[in-house]
Parts: sequence; C-alpha cells; structure tokens
Amino acid sequence: MLDISNVTKTFNAKTVNERVALNKISLQLKDEDFVTVIGGNGAGKSTLLNAIAGVWPVDSGSIVVDGTDLSGIPEYKRAALLGRVFQDPMMGTAGTMQIEENLALAARRGKKRTLKPGITKEERSFFRERLAELGLGLENRMTAKVGLLSGGQRQALTLLMATLNKPKLLLLDEHTAALDPRTAAKVLELSEKIIRENRLMTLMVTHNMKDAIRYGNRLIMMNEGRVILDISGEEKKQLTIELLMDAFAKASGESFVNDRMLLS
Amino acid sequence: MNLASLLNALPGAVAQGLIWGIMSIGVYITYKVLDLADLTVDGSMATGGAVCVMLMLNGWNVWLALLCAIIAGMLAGLLTGVFHTAMGIPAILAGILTQLSLYSLNLAVMDFKANQGINVTKYPLIVSQRNVRTLSIDNPILITLIFLAVLIGILYWFFGTETGCSLRATGANEAMARAQGINTKKTKILGLMISNGIVALASVLLAHYQGFVDVNMGRGAIVIGLAAVIISEVLFGKLFRNFALKLIAVAIGAVIYFIVIQIVLWLGLNTNLLKLLSALIVAVFLAIPYWKSHVSAKHGAKGGSTHA
Repeated sequence: MLDISNVTKTFNAKTVNERVALNKISLQLKDEDFVTVIGGNGAGKSTLLNAIAGVWPVDSGSIVVDGTDLSGIPEYKRAALLGRVFQDPMMGTAGTMQIEENLALAARRGKKRTLKPGITKEERSFFRERLAELGLGLENRMTAKVGLLSGGQRQALTLLMATLNKPKLLLLDEHTAALDPRTAAKVLELSEKIIRENRLMTLMVTHNMKDAIRYGNRLIMMNEGRVILDISGEEKKQLTIELLMDAFAKASGESFVNDRMLLS
Repeated sequence: MNLASLLNALPGAVAQGLIWGIMSIGVYITYKVLDLADLTVDGSMATGGAVCVMLMLNGWNVWLALLCAIIAGMLAGLLTGVFHTAMGIPAILAGILTQLSLYSLNLAVMDFKANQGINVTKYPLIVSQRNVRTLSIDNPILITLIFLAVLIGILYWFFGTETGCSLRATGANEAMARAQGINTKKTKILGLMISNGIVALASVLLAHYQGFVDVNMGRGAIVIGLAAVIISEVLFGKLFRNFALKLIAVAIGAVIYFIVIQIVLWLGLNTNLLKLLSALIVAVFLAIPYWKSHVSAKHGAKGGSTHA
C-alpha cells in the first residue's frame, strides 16, 4: 500500500521564483498496482517521486508506504522500502565500480553494512543468474567497470539493482527517456517482465503516451501539482491517445499543447 | 656539485619519501576514493607528531603514544566531517577550518612552543635519521616499509568489506549510494577519520625520523600528497588496476617526488623556493587531464564535421 495524502511542496518559497510543484496531492496505490504517470513539463511527476524517495522534506501532508509513515525518515533509510531508477543512466550506478560490486551494494540495501566481505562467492553465482535473465550478455562481464556499459545496459543493470531485494514500491522516473527508441523499448519490456514476475507496486513516470497506455493497470495524469485524471481497469484497456487528450482538455479546461507528448 | 653528495643524500630522500608516502595514502583515500579535497592534512600532519612526542617526553610508552596520536588524527578528521556533513560547509572550507584550529591545538599540545625535540639516545624512537645509512633492522627505510606493507594490507582488506564498499560507492556516485541505502554523511565522516588517522601515523614517523616536532611540519602536506597521487597515476595508472597496487604506486610516487626534490636541491635551487616549485609541478600535472580532454574535444568536433 502507498498512501499519499495532501502533500504540498513549494520550491523557492517567498521569492519571485516561487513554484508550487505539488499542490495538496493525494494518491492511493494498492499492492501490485502498476501505475503509469503522465503530464506536461512541470506537472510535478518527478517531484512526486522525489517526495516519496525523500530527496528533500515536503512542506505538508503524509506519505505512508506499507504501513510506514515516511515523514522525517532520511533518504538513505527510505531506500530499504524503495527501488529507484532515474532518467539519467549515469545516476543509478557507480561507473568506477564493477558490475558485481554495484549489484553487491544493491543486495545490501536496507541491511546493516558490517566488516564482512563486500561480496561473496554465493552472491556471485546468484548475480550471474540474474544478469543472464536480462539477456544482454552482462553475466560474462561481471568484473567490468560499469562506466564501460552503454546507456541501455546501465539502465537494465539499475533496474536489476532496484529490484534485487524486492522493494515495497518501485519508482521509475522516465527511465527510458535518455535511450534510443529501440533500446528504450527493450528496457521497458524488461521492466514490465520484472514488475509482473515480482508483483511489484510501481509508479512509472513517462513522457510517452503510448507507453503510458500500453503498460500498467492504471494511468494517472498530473497537471500543476495535482492528479487530474485517474483511469484504471477496463477503461484503461480501452484507452487511446485521442481519448486521453480529450480527457485532459476536459479535466484541465485547456487543450493539450505539449508538443513533446504529441510527437511521442 | 659532485655526484657523491647526491648519492649520499639519496637514502634520506627515500626514507622521507616513504614516510610521506604513508601520508599520501591518507590523501588518496579522501581525494580519490571519497572524491573530497581534504585540507585537514596540513594540520593533522603536525598533530600526530605533537601528540606522540609530548606523550613520550612525559614518559609514555612509545606504542601507546603512537596509538593516541592516530586517534588524535582521527578526531581531526571527525571535526572536518562534522563541519562538512552536519553543518553543510563545503569540504574544502571545512578542512581549512579544522586546519586552522589545529594550528592552535598543536601549539597547545606542544606547551605553546613552536617545536619540541626528542632525543633518539634517550627515547625509544620508532625510526631515526641517524640510522638511515646503517644496514640493520634499525634502518628507517626498512621500518617504514614494514609500516607501509601492514597499512596497505589493512586498507586492501577494509575496502573489500561491506563498509569499505559503501565508502567507495559514496565517492563514486553519492546519489546512487543514498538510493542504495548508504548513509553518505556517515561514510564521509568515516573516510575523513581513516584518512587523517593515517596522516597522523605518518606525522609520528616524520617527527621521530627528524628528532623533533614542529608546528609548521604539515604546511603544504596536501600538495605533497596530491603530487604523489598524480605522479603515481601518470606513471602507473595504466599498469596498476588492483587497489593494493594503486596504494603501492602512491607510496612510490612520494619517493619519486622526494628524489626529484633532492636532485633539484643538488642542482642548486634555493631551499626556500621549494614550495613554489612543488605547487607549480602539481598545478601542471592537475592541468594535464584537462588539457588532454580539451584537445580531444577539438579533434572530436573536427571528426564530426567531416561526417556531417
């Protein structure tokens, strides 16, 4: 369960640059909900994910994941409950460390780090199996530095790291936006497979309306820091881009003019 | 300017280089592993020696005094870490603040005298300049090599542990480290403490080696440390991939630095100009990667235009 209620976040409060990024937003997710999040630039999609992850404190409201109230809990402690994949492929992995070392770091998320070995033999064979499932041949390059991998490979690895210890909530923040279309499609397929197999509660932000419609069991649209549209079940399955744009016009009282979304 | 006088000075240069090599390994941990430029070392490079020498002058056992000196160095790192993580002061400034406070603290430890001597005939010093040309187990080169081997062994083990890996992750990608549940404030403080503990160890050895501790002993230590790290990367960067080998390379880098300094002095440079020379050498070597990337970017642009 994820329960977000009345969360507000204002950047640069009381200055000329003041911007309300989240405006009393409320959102509930059931376990196993795979929710795609769309909305124009500045709608508050990434801000929502960062609020959950605890990158900075929110101004008001509460966020509860699986019965744990996250208020006041620092980012690194929330990580025990969350798996995160970022837009920038460089951000989710340590480029100067080996593939297996990155995975070993992820395997210890939410656990106490002691003076025991940073990686064990059993772990190596476990990682090899999991890497093989990605189908990218990374299982044969386990001691290669992650900095040598392509953007798509890095995102696939980050995805594996985020889900290695089953998280209560998976946060995907436009994680395919920086990849070429073919690689993006592959990483998305992979994400879908991992989410389905592990039955992960997921929030996936995307700029691509087709992807938002194709994946997940529920779609929400954000505008000016609020959820303006929430479609799930049968209605979601019947959804088309045209229907979605009409719905947006009705809900927001303005026409959909974000060309980046129209093109995609 | 005869060759014999240079050769005569070489054992001393090697011994000093090895001692400063230990200090440079401390600098390597903050500068390379944690990706922080920590200027605390200019202060802690005198703190270790001051604490150890003063305790020994008061009748303490040499090893107990050494232990206290290392702890004092770690506390200096802790102070910088708290300035940086709990008070949000940029790392460089945090180090400068600690360095400045250490100047007063070091003087206080040394009974408010700028230097304190300790006689090798009266006290059981770990190393001494006096034995630098003797072929016995008292030779400071041999003893410092043993310290280096043990230190590198411990560090190699530590950075392979869960905690050690979390330190490396913090330096490699802080956002990622936090997303993987690592308390990066804690790892930074720990790294600064380990680094300055090592620097304090080097400080003790240097004070023993020269037979006195001086409040200005650490001035420019960060530059010497950076020089050693950079020399090691230029000479062995492509050769040594293993962490232990990299640390050995840093120690060799420090030895090369001191041999070069010795040669420059032998060629007749005024000793007072040494620090200027060191700073310029480090500046040039720090600039090389920047210049290289600049040149390759230009080439890249040219290559791109021909394809277009």
